[in-house]
Amino acid sequence: MLKLVNVKTFYGNIQALKGVNIEVREGEIITLIGSNGAGKTTTLMSISGITPPGSGEILFMDQPIHNVSPDKIVSLGISQVPEGRHIFPQLTVMENLHMGAFLRTDKDGIADDIEYVFGLFPILTERRNQAGGTLSGGEQQMLAISRALMARPRLLLLDEPSLGLAPKIVRQIFDIIRKINSEQKTTIFLVEQNANLALQVANRGYVMENGRIVLEDYADRLLSNEAVKKAYLGL
Amino acid sequence: MEYFIQLFLGGLTRGSIYALIALGYTMVYGIIELINFAHGEIYTIGAFTALITASVLTLYGFNEISILILASLVAVIYSSAYGFTIEKIAYKPLRHAPRLSPLISAIGMSVFLQNYVLLAQTSDFLPFPGLVPEFQFMKKYEHIFSSTELMIFLTTSVVMIILTLVIKFTKIGKAMRATAQDRKMAMLVGVDVNRIVSITFIIGSALAAIGGVLIASHIGQINFYIGFIAGIKAFTAAVLGGIGSIPGAVLGGFILGWTESFATGYVSSDYEDVFAFALLVLILIFRPAGILGKSKAQKV
Repeated sequence: MLKLVNVKTFYGNIQALKGVNIEVREGEIITLIGSNGAGKTTTLMSISGITPPGSGEILFMDQPIHNVSPDKIVSLGISQVPEGRHIFPQLTVMENLHMGAFLRTDKDGIADDIEYVFGLFPILTERRNQAGGTLSGGEQQMLAISRALMARPRLLLLDEPSLGLAPKIVRQIFDIIRKINSEQKTTIFLVEQNANLALQVANRGYVMENGRIVLEDYADRLLSNEAVKKAYLGL
Repeated sequence: MEYFIQLFLGGLTRGSIYALIALGYTMVYGIIELINFAHGEIYTIGAFTALITASVLTLYGFNEISILILASLVAVIYSSAYGFTIEKIAYKPLRHAPRLSPLISAIGMSVFLQNYVLLAQTSDFLPFPGLVPEFQFMKKYEHIFSSTELMIFLTTSVVMIILTLVIKFTKIGKAMRATAQDRKMAMLVGVDVNRIVSITFIIGSALAAIGGVLIASHIGQINFYIGFIAGIKAFTAAVLGGIGSIPGAVLGGFILGWTESFATGYVSSDYEDVFAFALLVLILIFRPAGILGKSKAQKV
Protein backbone atom coordinates (compact mmCIF):
# COMPACT_ATOMS: atom_id res chain seq x y z
CA MET A 1 0.00 0.00 0.00
CA LEU A 2 2.73 2.46 1.02
CA LYS A 3 6.30 2.13 -0.07
CA LEU A 4 9.29 4.29 0.78
CA VAL A 5 12.23 3.67 -1.51
CA ASN A 6 15.61 5.11 -0.55
CA VAL A 7 14.02 8.27 0.86
CA LYS A 8 16.43 11.06 1.75
CA THR A 9 15.10 14.18 3.44
CA PHE A 10 17.02 17.31 4.31
CA TYR A 11 16.50 20.28 6.63
CA GLY A 12 18.73 22.83 4.97
CA ASN A 13 22.16 21.24 5.13
CA ILE A 14 21.25 18.63 7.68
CA GLN A 15 20.28 15.24 6.32
CA ALA A 16 17.58 13.78 8.55
CA LEU A 17 16.78 10.69 6.47
CA LYS A 18 19.67 8.87 4.83
CA GLY A 19 17.93 6.44 2.52
CA VAL A 20 14.88 4.96 4.22
CA ASN A 21 13.11 1.88 2.88
CA ILE A 22 9.78 0.95 4.43
CA GLU A 23 6.82 -1.02 3.14
CA VAL A 24 3.35 -0.94 4.65
CA ARG A 25 0.85 -3.56 3.52
CA GLU A 26 -2.87 -3.06 3.41
CA GLY A 27 -4.65 -3.75 6.70
CA GLU A 28 -1.63 -4.12 8.95
CA ILE A 29 -0.33 -2.14 11.87
CA ILE A 30 3.33 -1.37 11.49
CA THR A 31 5.45 0.52 13.94
CA LEU A 32 8.57 2.56 13.58
CA ILE A 33 10.62 2.70 16.77
CA GLY A 34 13.84 4.45 17.60
CA SER A 35 15.33 7.00 19.95
CA ASN A 36 14.93 10.77 19.93
CA GLY A 37 16.21 12.39 16.78
CA ALA A 38 16.43 9.14 14.81
CA GLY A 39 14.19 10.58 12.06
CA LYS A 40 10.83 9.01 12.91
CA THR A 41 8.84 12.23 12.79
CA THR A 42 10.65 13.32 9.65
CA THR A 43 9.64 10.05 8.02
CA LEU A 44 5.97 10.79 8.70
CA MET A 45 6.31 14.41 7.62
CA SER A 46 7.93 13.24 4.37
CA ILE A 47 5.02 10.89 3.72
CA SER A 48 2.49 13.69 4.42
CA GLY A 49 4.36 16.05 2.10
CA ILE A 50 5.19 18.64 4.75
CA THR A 51 8.93 18.05 4.34
CA PRO A 52 9.12 16.45 0.88
CA PRO A 53 12.11 14.18 0.35
CA GLY A 54 15.13 15.52 -1.51
CA SER A 55 15.52 12.23 -3.32
CA GLY A 56 13.99 8.77 -3.35
CA GLU A 57 10.43 7.67 -3.97
CA ILE A 58 7.27 7.40 -1.91
CA LEU A 59 4.54 5.30 -3.51
CA PHE A 60 0.97 5.09 -2.24
CA MET A 61 -1.23 2.53 -3.97
CA ASP A 62 1.55 2.33 -6.59
CA GLN A 63 1.37 6.07 -7.31
CA PRO A 64 4.28 8.39 -6.57
CA ILE A 65 3.32 10.95 -3.92
CA HIS A 66 6.70 12.47 -3.06
CA ASN A 67 6.04 15.53 -5.23
CA VAL A 68 2.40 15.89 -4.29
CA SER A 69 1.15 18.74 -2.07
CA PRO A 70 0.00 17.92 1.49
CA ASP A 71 -3.68 18.59 0.79
CA LYS A 72 -3.65 16.22 -2.21
CA ILE A 73 -2.02 13.54 -0.08
CA VAL A 74 -4.84 13.85 2.45
CA SER A 75 -7.37 13.52 -0.36
CA LEU A 76 -5.63 10.31 -1.51
CA GLY A 77 -6.35 8.81 1.89
CA ILE A 78 -3.40 9.44 4.18
CA SER A 79 -4.11 11.27 7.45
CA GLN A 80 -1.69 12.08 10.21
CA VAL A 81 -1.98 12.59 13.94
CA PRO A 82 1.18 14.60 14.53
CA GLU A 83 3.39 14.53 17.57
CA GLY A 84 2.12 16.90 20.23
CA ARG A 85 -1.45 16.51 18.92
CA HIS A 86 -1.75 19.97 17.39
CA ILE A 87 -5.35 20.61 18.24
CA PHE A 88 -6.61 23.94 16.86
CA PRO A 89 -6.73 25.60 20.29
CA GLN A 90 -9.42 28.20 19.67
CA LEU A 91 -11.71 26.01 17.60
CA THR A 92 -14.32 23.98 19.46
CA VAL A 93 -14.18 20.19 19.54
CA MET A 94 -16.90 20.09 16.86
CA GLU A 95 -15.03 22.60 14.70
CA ASN A 96 -11.84 20.58 15.08
CA LEU A 97 -13.69 17.49 13.89
CA HIS A 98 -15.16 19.40 10.96
CA MET A 99 -11.67 20.57 10.03
CA GLY A 100 -10.68 16.91 9.90
CA ALA A 101 -13.39 16.43 7.29
CA PHE A 102 -12.28 19.56 5.41
CA LEU A 103 -11.96 17.88 2.00
CA ARG A 104 -15.23 15.98 2.26
CA THR A 105 -18.53 17.26 0.94
CA ASP A 106 -20.87 14.43 2.01
CA LYS A 107 -22.75 16.08 4.89
CA ASP A 108 -24.55 12.89 5.98
CA GLY A 109 -21.35 10.86 5.96
CA ILE A 110 -19.61 13.51 8.07
CA ALA A 111 -22.46 13.49 10.60
CA ASP A 112 -22.28 9.67 10.78
CA ASP A 113 -18.54 9.76 11.33
CA ILE A 114 -18.90 12.33 14.10
CA GLU A 115 -21.29 9.93 15.81
CA TYR A 116 -18.76 7.13 15.25
CA VAL A 117 -15.85 8.98 16.89
CA PHE A 118 -18.11 10.10 19.74
CA GLY A 119 -18.80 6.40 20.20
CA LEU A 120 -15.08 5.66 20.34
CA PHE A 121 -14.39 8.51 22.77
CA PRO A 122 -17.59 9.33 24.71
CA ILE A 123 -15.83 12.05 26.72
CA LEU A 124 -15.61 14.16 23.55
CA THR A 125 -19.41 14.30 23.39
CA GLU A 126 -19.44 16.22 26.66
CA ARG A 127 -16.75 18.54 25.42
CA ARG A 128 -18.22 19.15 21.97
CA ASN A 129 -18.67 22.92 22.37
CA GLN A 130 -15.51 23.51 24.36
CA ALA A 131 -12.43 25.11 22.79
CA GLY A 132 -9.80 22.49 21.88
CA GLY A 133 -7.13 24.26 23.90
CA THR A 134 -9.06 23.74 27.14
CA LEU A 135 -9.03 19.94 26.93
CA SER A 136 -6.66 17.77 28.97
CA GLY A 137 -3.73 16.08 27.25
CA GLY A 138 -5.53 12.74 26.99
CA GLU A 139 -8.68 14.34 25.63
CA GLN A 140 -6.62 16.26 23.10
CA GLN A 141 -5.02 13.02 21.93
CA MET A 142 -8.46 11.48 21.54
CA LEU A 143 -9.62 14.53 19.61
CA ALA A 144 -6.50 14.43 17.40
CA ILE A 145 -7.15 10.79 16.49
CA SER A 146 -10.84 11.52 15.93
CA ARG A 147 -10.01 14.48 13.73
CA ALA A 148 -7.72 12.33 11.58
CA LEU A 149 -10.44 9.67 11.29
CA MET A 150 -12.89 12.30 10.04
CA ALA A 151 -11.05 12.26 6.72
CA ARG A 152 -11.86 8.51 6.41
CA PRO A 153 -8.22 7.67 5.77
CA ARG A 154 -7.07 4.38 4.29
CA LEU A 155 -3.74 4.88 6.01
CA LEU A 156 -3.47 6.52 9.42
CA LEU A 157 -0.10 7.89 10.53
CA LEU A 158 0.23 8.21 14.30
CA ASP A 159 3.18 10.05 15.83
CA GLU A 160 3.85 9.27 19.50
CA PRO A 161 0.23 8.93 20.65
CA SER A 162 1.40 7.92 24.14
CA LEU A 163 3.55 10.99 24.71
CA GLY A 164 2.94 12.62 28.07
CA LEU A 165 -0.17 10.64 28.94
CA ALA A 166 -1.11 8.66 32.03
CA PRO A 167 -0.69 4.86 31.63
CA LYS A 168 -4.42 4.27 31.90
CA ILE A 169 -5.17 6.73 29.09
CA VAL A 170 -2.36 5.24 26.99
CA ARG A 171 -3.92 1.79 27.29
CA GLN A 172 -7.32 3.17 26.32
CA ILE A 173 -5.86 4.88 23.27
CA PHE A 174 -3.98 1.79 22.14
CA ASP A 175 -7.16 -0.28 22.46
CA ILE A 176 -8.91 2.20 20.20
CA ILE A 177 -6.04 2.07 17.69
CA ARG A 178 -6.46 -1.70 17.51
CA LYS A 179 -10.22 -1.28 17.16
CA ILE A 180 -9.88 1.21 14.32
CA ASN A 181 -7.59 -1.23 12.55
CA SER A 182 -9.91 -4.21 12.93
CA GLU A 183 -13.29 -2.47 12.51
CA GLN A 184 -12.53 0.17 9.90
CA LYS A 185 -9.83 -1.84 8.13
CA THR A 186 -7.64 1.25 8.40
CA THR A 187 -3.96 0.55 7.88
CA ILE A 188 -1.89 2.02 10.68
CA PHE A 189 1.64 3.38 10.70
CA LEU A 190 2.60 3.97 14.32
CA VAL A 191 5.65 5.89 15.43
CA GLU A 192 6.53 5.35 19.07
CA GLN A 193 9.24 5.78 21.63
CA ASN A 194 7.44 3.37 23.89
CA ALA A 195 8.74 0.38 21.94
CA ASN A 196 7.30 -2.25 24.24
CA LEU A 197 3.77 -0.97 23.84
CA ALA A 198 4.11 -0.36 20.12
CA LEU A 199 5.47 -3.83 19.39
CA GLN A 200 2.60 -5.39 21.32
CA VAL A 201 -0.06 -3.92 19.02
CA ALA A 202 1.89 -4.01 15.76
CA ASN A 203 2.22 -6.79 13.20
CA ARG A 204 5.62 -5.70 12.04
CA GLY A 205 8.20 -3.21 13.18
CA TYR A 206 11.07 -1.14 11.88
CA VAL A 207 13.92 0.12 14.03
CA MET A 208 15.43 3.45 13.06
CA GLU A 209 18.81 4.89 14.02
CA ASN A 210 20.39 8.09 12.71
CA GLY A 211 18.10 8.39 9.71
CA ARG A 212 18.45 4.75 8.63
CA ILE A 213 16.40 1.60 9.12
CA VAL A 214 18.71 -0.79 10.95
CA LEU A 215 16.31 -3.63 11.61
CA GLU A 216 12.95 -4.86 10.39
CA ASP A 217 11.00 -7.90 11.46
CA TYR A 218 7.72 -9.24 12.79
CA ALA A 219 6.80 -7.49 16.01
CA ASP A 220 6.95 -10.58 18.22
CA ARG A 221 10.41 -11.39 16.92
CA LEU A 222 11.59 -7.85 17.58
CA LEU A 223 10.23 -8.12 21.11
CA SER A 224 12.52 -11.08 21.75
CA ASN A 225 15.48 -9.71 19.79
CA GLU A 226 18.42 -9.24 22.15
CA ALA A 227 19.68 -5.99 20.61
CA VAL A 228 16.20 -4.44 20.64
CA LYS A 229 15.63 -5.56 24.20
CA LYS A 230 18.81 -3.91 25.30
CA ALA A 231 18.44 -0.66 23.39
CA TYR A 232 14.71 0.02 23.43
CA LEU A 233 12.90 -2.20 25.89
CA GLY A 234 15.10 -1.51 28.87
CA LEU A 235 15.45 -5.18 29.68
CA MET B 1 -23.30 68.47 24.65
CA GLU B 2 -24.08 68.81 20.99
CA TYR B 3 -20.41 69.47 20.36
CA PHE B 4 -19.51 66.31 22.24
CA ILE B 5 -21.98 64.26 20.19
CA GLN B 6 -20.60 65.75 17.03
CA LEU B 7 -17.08 64.76 18.00
CA PHE B 8 -18.26 61.33 19.11
CA LEU B 9 -19.97 60.70 15.76
CA GLY B 10 -16.98 62.08 13.87
CA GLY B 11 -14.75 59.70 15.78
CA LEU B 12 -17.12 56.85 14.99
CA THR B 13 -16.88 57.54 11.26
CA ARG B 14 -13.14 57.91 11.32
CA GLY B 15 -12.78 54.86 13.54
CA SER B 16 -14.89 52.66 11.30
CA ILE B 17 -12.61 53.48 8.36
CA TYR B 18 -9.51 52.72 10.44
CA ALA B 19 -11.14 49.49 11.52
CA LEU B 20 -11.89 48.51 7.96
CA ILE B 21 -8.27 48.97 6.89
CA ALA B 22 -6.90 47.52 10.14
CA LEU B 23 -8.78 44.29 9.39
CA GLY B 24 -6.56 43.79 6.36
CA TYR B 25 -3.40 44.14 8.44
CA THR B 26 -4.61 41.93 11.22
CA MET B 27 -5.95 39.14 8.99
CA VAL B 28 -2.77 38.91 6.97
CA TYR B 29 -0.72 38.97 10.17
CA GLY B 30 -2.91 36.27 11.66
CA ILE B 31 -2.28 33.95 8.73
CA ILE B 32 1.37 34.53 7.76
CA GLU B 33 2.74 36.73 10.56
CA LEU B 34 3.67 39.47 8.15
CA ILE B 35 2.97 43.19 8.41
CA ASN B 36 1.84 43.98 4.90
CA PHE B 37 3.13 47.52 4.62
CA ALA B 38 1.80 47.77 1.08
CA HIS B 39 -1.73 47.55 2.44
CA GLY B 40 -2.13 51.34 2.63
CA GLU B 41 -1.23 51.61 -1.06
CA ILE B 42 -4.06 49.22 -1.88
CA TYR B 43 -6.34 51.79 -0.29
CA THR B 44 -4.86 54.53 -2.48
CA ILE B 45 -5.30 52.38 -5.57
CA GLY B 46 -8.90 51.72 -4.57
CA ALA B 47 -9.58 55.45 -4.26
CA PHE B 48 -7.94 56.25 -7.62
CA THR B 49 -9.76 53.44 -9.38
CA ALA B 50 -13.04 54.73 -8.01
CA LEU B 51 -12.18 58.27 -9.12
CA ILE B 52 -11.42 57.16 -12.67
CA THR B 53 -14.51 54.95 -12.86
CA ALA B 54 -16.70 57.69 -11.41
CA SER B 55 -15.37 60.25 -13.91
CA VAL B 56 -16.11 57.95 -16.82
CA LEU B 57 -19.57 57.07 -15.55
CA THR B 58 -20.39 60.74 -14.95
CA LEU B 59 -19.63 61.43 -18.63
CA TYR B 60 -22.15 58.77 -19.53
CA GLY B 61 -24.74 60.42 -17.29
CA PHE B 62 -25.21 57.82 -14.57
CA ASN B 63 -26.90 59.02 -11.38
CA GLU B 64 -25.11 59.44 -8.03
CA ILE B 65 -26.04 56.24 -6.29
CA SER B 66 -25.33 53.96 -9.26
CA ILE B 67 -21.96 55.67 -9.70
CA LEU B 68 -21.19 55.06 -6.03
CA ILE B 69 -22.05 51.37 -6.29
CA LEU B 70 -20.32 50.74 -9.62
CA ALA B 71 -17.20 52.73 -8.72
CA SER B 72 -16.90 50.88 -5.42
CA LEU B 73 -17.33 47.57 -7.17
CA VAL B 74 -14.64 48.30 -9.74
CA ALA B 75 -12.33 49.58 -6.98
CA VAL B 76 -12.89 46.42 -4.95
CA ILE B 77 -12.17 44.12 -7.89
CA TYR B 78 -9.13 46.08 -9.05
CA SER B 79 -7.64 46.38 -5.56
CA SER B 80 -8.22 42.70 -4.82
CA ALA B 81 -6.33 41.84 -7.97
CA TYR B 82 -3.48 44.04 -6.73
CA GLY B 83 -3.52 42.43 -3.27
CA PHE B 84 -3.49 38.95 -4.80
CA THR B 85 -0.63 39.83 -7.14
CA ILE B 86 1.45 41.57 -4.46
CA GLU B 87 1.34 38.46 -2.33
CA LYS B 88 2.37 36.24 -5.23
CA ILE B 89 5.23 38.48 -6.31
CA ALA B 90 6.58 39.94 -3.10
CA TYR B 91 5.74 37.54 -0.27
CA LYS B 92 5.15 34.01 -1.50
CA PRO B 93 8.72 33.45 -2.75
CA LEU B 94 9.91 34.50 0.73
CA ARG B 95 7.56 32.26 2.72
CA HIS B 96 10.44 30.25 4.17
CA ALA B 97 12.97 33.08 4.37
CA PRO B 98 13.89 34.74 7.69
CA ARG B 99 11.14 37.02 8.94
CA LEU B 100 12.97 40.22 8.13
CA SER B 101 13.06 39.49 4.38
CA PRO B 102 9.31 39.62 3.65
CA LEU B 103 9.07 42.70 5.88
CA ILE B 104 11.66 44.51 3.77
CA SER B 105 9.92 43.25 0.66
CA ALA B 106 6.67 44.74 2.02
CA ILE B 107 8.25 48.14 2.58
CA GLY B 108 9.75 47.99 -0.92
CA MET B 109 6.35 47.15 -2.39
CA SER B 110 4.83 50.09 -0.54
CA VAL B 111 7.40 52.55 -1.87
CA PHE B 112 7.11 51.09 -5.35
CA LEU B 113 3.32 51.37 -5.48
CA GLN B 114 3.34 54.91 -4.08
CA ASN B 115 5.68 56.01 -6.82
CA TYR B 116 3.77 54.06 -9.41
CA VAL B 117 0.59 55.96 -8.52
CA LEU B 118 2.60 59.20 -8.46
CA LEU B 119 3.93 58.61 -11.98
CA ALA B 120 0.77 57.15 -13.44
CA GLN B 121 -1.41 59.92 -11.99
CA THR B 122 -0.01 63.13 -10.54
CA SER B 123 1.56 64.48 -7.38
CA ASP B 124 -1.24 67.06 -7.01
CA PHE B 125 -4.38 66.61 -5.02
CA LEU B 126 -7.25 65.59 -7.27
CA PRO B 127 -10.83 66.51 -6.44
CA PHE B 128 -12.95 63.50 -5.62
CA PRO B 129 -16.70 63.74 -6.23
CA GLY B 130 -19.04 63.43 -3.24
CA LEU B 131 -20.60 60.19 -4.36
CA VAL B 132 -23.02 59.89 -1.47
CA PRO B 133 -26.31 61.70 -2.09
CA GLU B 134 -27.76 64.04 0.58
CA PHE B 135 -30.49 62.09 2.32
CA GLN B 136 -33.65 64.13 3.01
CA PHE B 137 -34.16 62.68 6.49
CA MET B 138 -30.62 63.71 7.48
CA LYS B 139 -31.28 67.44 6.76
CA LYS B 140 -32.14 68.12 10.42
CA TYR B 141 -28.89 66.63 11.71
CA GLU B 142 -26.65 67.82 8.90
CA HIS B 143 -24.60 70.08 11.21
CA ILE B 144 -23.50 67.21 13.44
CA PHE B 145 -23.60 64.13 11.20
CA SER B 146 -23.57 64.27 7.42
CA SER B 147 -25.13 61.82 4.98
CA THR B 148 -21.69 60.71 3.91
CA GLU B 149 -20.70 59.97 7.48
CA LEU B 150 -23.89 57.99 7.99
CA MET B 151 -23.15 56.05 4.81
CA ILE B 152 -19.59 55.34 5.97
CA PHE B 153 -20.78 54.07 9.32
CA LEU B 154 -23.53 51.89 7.82
CA THR B 155 -21.36 50.43 5.06
CA THR B 156 -18.49 49.56 7.37
CA SER B 157 -20.88 48.03 9.90
CA VAL B 158 -22.52 45.85 7.27
CA VAL B 159 -19.14 44.82 5.83
CA MET B 160 -17.78 43.93 9.26
CA ILE B 161 -20.88 41.91 10.15
CA ILE B 162 -20.63 39.97 6.88
CA LEU B 163 -16.93 39.35 7.49
CA THR B 164 -17.61 38.08 11.01
CA LEU B 165 -20.26 35.69 9.73
CA VAL B 166 -17.99 34.43 6.97
CA ILE B 167 -15.14 33.78 9.38
CA LYS B 168 -17.34 32.18 12.00
CA PHE B 169 -19.62 29.99 9.98
CA THR B 170 -18.30 29.20 6.50
CA LYS B 171 -15.92 26.43 5.63
CA ILE B 172 -13.39 28.87 4.23
CA GLY B 173 -13.66 30.97 7.41
CA LYS B 174 -12.99 27.95 9.57
CA ALA B 175 -10.02 27.06 7.38
CA MET B 176 -8.70 30.63 7.81
CA ARG B 177 -8.96 30.40 11.58
CA ALA B 178 -7.38 26.95 11.59
CA THR B 179 -4.51 28.17 9.39
CA ALA B 180 -3.95 31.15 11.67
CA GLN B 181 -3.84 28.93 14.75
CA ASP B 182 -1.67 26.12 13.40
CA ARG B 183 -0.54 26.31 9.81
CA LYS B 184 1.20 22.94 9.63
CA MET B 185 -1.78 21.16 11.11
CA ALA B 186 -4.10 22.92 8.68
CA MET B 187 -1.99 21.45 5.88
CA LEU B 188 -2.24 18.02 7.49
CA VAL B 189 -6.04 18.08 7.41
CA GLY B 190 -5.96 19.03 3.75
CA VAL B 191 -6.17 22.82 3.69
CA ASP B 192 -4.41 24.33 0.69
CA VAL B 193 -2.63 27.03 2.68
CA ASN B 194 -1.53 29.00 -0.39
CA ARG B 195 -5.15 29.38 -1.37
CA ILE B 196 -6.09 30.56 2.11
CA VAL B 197 -3.30 33.14 2.02
CA SER B 198 -4.50 34.41 -1.37
CA ILE B 199 -8.09 34.64 -0.15
CA THR B 200 -6.95 36.56 2.91
CA PHE B 201 -5.12 39.10 0.76
CA ILE B 202 -8.13 39.43 -1.53
CA ILE B 203 -10.54 40.04 1.36
CA GLY B 204 -8.17 42.48 3.07
CA SER B 205 -7.66 44.42 -0.17
CA ALA B 206 -11.38 44.57 -0.86
CA LEU B 207 -11.95 46.06 2.60
CA ALA B 208 -9.19 48.62 2.06
CA ALA B 209 -10.70 49.60 -1.30
CA ILE B 210 -14.12 50.16 0.28
CA GLY B 211 -12.44 52.29 2.92
CA GLY B 212 -10.59 54.24 0.24
CA VAL B 213 -13.71 55.05 -1.75
CA LEU B 214 -15.74 56.07 1.32
CA ILE B 215 -13.13 58.33 2.86
CA ALA B 216 -12.23 59.91 -0.49
CA SER B 217 -15.83 60.91 -1.12
CA HIS B 218 -16.03 62.23 2.43
CA ILE B 219 -12.88 64.36 2.30
CA GLY B 220 -13.29 65.28 -1.35
CA GLN B 221 -9.71 65.02 -2.56
CA ILE B 222 -7.05 62.36 -3.01
CA ASN B 223 -3.38 62.08 -3.91
CA PHE B 224 -0.78 59.32 -4.11
CA TYR B 225 0.14 59.72 -0.44
CA ILE B 226 -3.24 59.19 1.29
CA GLY B 227 -2.71 55.45 1.66
CA PHE B 228 0.54 55.89 3.52
CA ILE B 229 -1.02 58.02 6.27
CA ALA B 230 -4.19 55.94 6.48
CA GLY B 231 -2.10 52.79 6.45
CA ILE B 232 0.05 53.90 9.38
CA LYS B 233 -3.04 54.90 11.35
CA ALA B 234 -4.82 51.64 10.61
CA PHE B 235 -1.70 49.70 11.49
CA THR B 236 -1.65 51.58 14.80
CA ALA B 237 -5.28 50.60 15.31
CA ALA B 238 -4.46 46.96 14.62
CA VAL B 239 -1.58 46.96 17.09
CA LEU B 240 -3.69 48.84 19.64
CA GLY B 241 -6.39 46.19 19.51
CA GLY B 242 -3.94 43.31 19.37
CA ILE B 243 -2.52 42.36 16.00
CA GLY B 244 -3.92 39.11 14.70
CA SER B 245 -7.21 39.63 16.51
CA ILE B 246 -10.19 40.57 14.34
CA PRO B 247 -12.39 42.07 17.08
CA GLY B 248 -9.20 43.77 18.29
CA ALA B 249 -8.75 45.55 14.95
CA VAL B 250 -12.30 46.87 15.07
CA LEU B 251 -11.98 48.00 18.69
CA GLY B 252 -8.57 49.55 18.01
CA GLY B 253 -10.00 51.41 15.02
CA PHE B 254 -12.80 52.97 17.04
CA ILE B 255 -10.57 53.89 19.98
CA LEU B 256 -8.11 55.56 17.64
CA GLY B 257 -10.92 57.35 15.81
CA TRP B 258 -12.36 58.74 19.04
CA THR B 259 -8.97 59.71 20.41
CA GLU B 260 -8.21 61.72 17.30
CA SER B 261 -11.65 63.24 17.11
CA PHE B 262 -11.70 64.40 20.73
CA ALA B 263 -8.09 65.58 20.60
CA THR B 264 -8.90 67.67 17.54
CA GLY B 265 -12.11 68.99 19.05
CA TYR B 266 -10.97 69.84 22.55
CA VAL B 267 -7.27 70.54 22.10
CA SER B 268 -6.18 71.34 18.57
CA SER B 269 -6.09 69.55 15.26
CA ASP B 270 -2.31 69.94 15.39
CA TYR B 271 -2.28 67.45 18.25
CA GLU B 272 -4.38 64.79 16.54
CA ASP B 273 -1.42 62.55 15.70
CA VAL B 274 0.33 63.25 19.00
CA PHE B 275 -2.59 61.84 20.94
CA ALA B 276 -3.04 58.91 18.57
CA PHE B 277 0.55 57.77 18.81
CA ALA B 278 0.89 58.60 22.51
CA LEU B 279 -1.98 56.17 23.02
CA LEU B 280 -0.09 53.58 21.02
CA VAL B 281 3.02 54.07 23.13
CA LEU B 282 1.01 53.70 26.34
CA ILE B 283 -0.66 50.52 25.15
CA LEU B 284 2.66 49.06 24.06
CA ILE B 285 4.16 49.81 27.46
CA PHE B 286 1.34 48.47 29.58
CA ARG B 287 -0.20 45.83 27.33
CA PRO B 288 2.34 44.86 24.66
CA ALA B 289 0.07 42.29 23.01
CA GLY B 290 -2.64 44.93 22.48
CA ILE B 291 -6.04 45.27 24.13
CA LEU B 292 -7.50 41.98 22.93
CA GLY B 293 -4.27 40.30 21.86
CA LYS B 294 -3.10 37.21 23.64
CA SER B 295 0.50 36.54 24.36
CA LYS B 296 1.16 33.11 22.94
CA ALA B 297 1.27 30.20 25.33
CA GLN B 298 1.21 26.63 24.23
CA LYS B 299 0.22 23.52 26.09
CA VAL B 300 2.62 20.67 25.48
